[in-house]
Amino acid sequence: MIITTTHYMLLSAALFTLGIIGVMTRRNVIIILMSIELMLNAVNINFIAFSHQLQNVVGQVFAVFVIVVAAAEAAVGLGIILAFYRNKETVNIDEMGLMRW
Amino acid sequence: MAEAVAFYICAALILGFGALVITAKSTVHSVLYLVADFLCVAALYVMLQAPFLAVIQVMVYAGGIVVLYLFVVMLVNLKRPPEAHSDPRRLGRLGVAMAAAVLVEFAAIFALGWAKPASAGGALSPNNVEQIGRALYTDYLIPFEVASVLLLVAMIGAIVLAKREL
Repeated sequence: MIITTTHYMLLSAALFTLGIIGVMTRRNVIIILMSIELMLNAVNINFIAFSHQLQNVVGQVFAVFVIVVAAAEAAVGLGIILAFYRNKETVNIDEMGLMRW
Repeated sequence: MAEAVAFYICAALILGFGALVITAKSTVHSVLYLVADFLCVAALYVMLQAPFLAVIQVMVYAGGIVVLYLFVVMLVNLKRPPEAHSDPRRLGRLGVAMAAAVLVEFAAIFALGWAKPASAGGALSPNNVEQIGRALYTDYLIPFEVASVLLLVAMIGAIVLAKREL
């Protein structure tokens, strides 16, 4: 029983799919943002698994950048949710048609 | 053998907590399951010889981002919680599409062959903070600086958005 990069890729694919299912099925914007964090984590697992497989540190460097973008996205996204909730008293994404074309 | 056992335990915990995150009724429970999920992913990073990333994962994700989520969940005090989508036809179609996507993903991974296990004596030392630092400050200096500007912009943007009036 040797764990190869393929095992990590399968785990990452499954976690990414869980994130997509969360985005598609839930109507609460906060949970949708959390599902996006799950997907970013799946990407990070892939990056680091390949960094381990190829014995190259660049994968880990890009994982750091992914974490930076995730932090920025969480801060701005939650700020938007707070501002929206203050105006409309809802976090249901079906009622957020303000900027819909 | 021990590595395989650890991997399967971690994978089961990650997928289980991930499923709980997207199915939990209460948003607070969802956030707490998310913390557990991030900690299990950090354990996986340790197994992949990335201790620096594991520490960053615990500090930034489990310590920073999740606290942000908890604050917002507490601030957004919902009298009527938003329900899951109740259109069964749409959910059915979505399920078929998701199943097809997963099948394609797994088939592609299987078809492209099973990777050989990584050689032990590679260029990646188990304690690779120095290597990451050197890569960040030489080859990836410009992206590193752009990332710092992105964080500054996100900080100012979050303050402006969340403040009642300037």
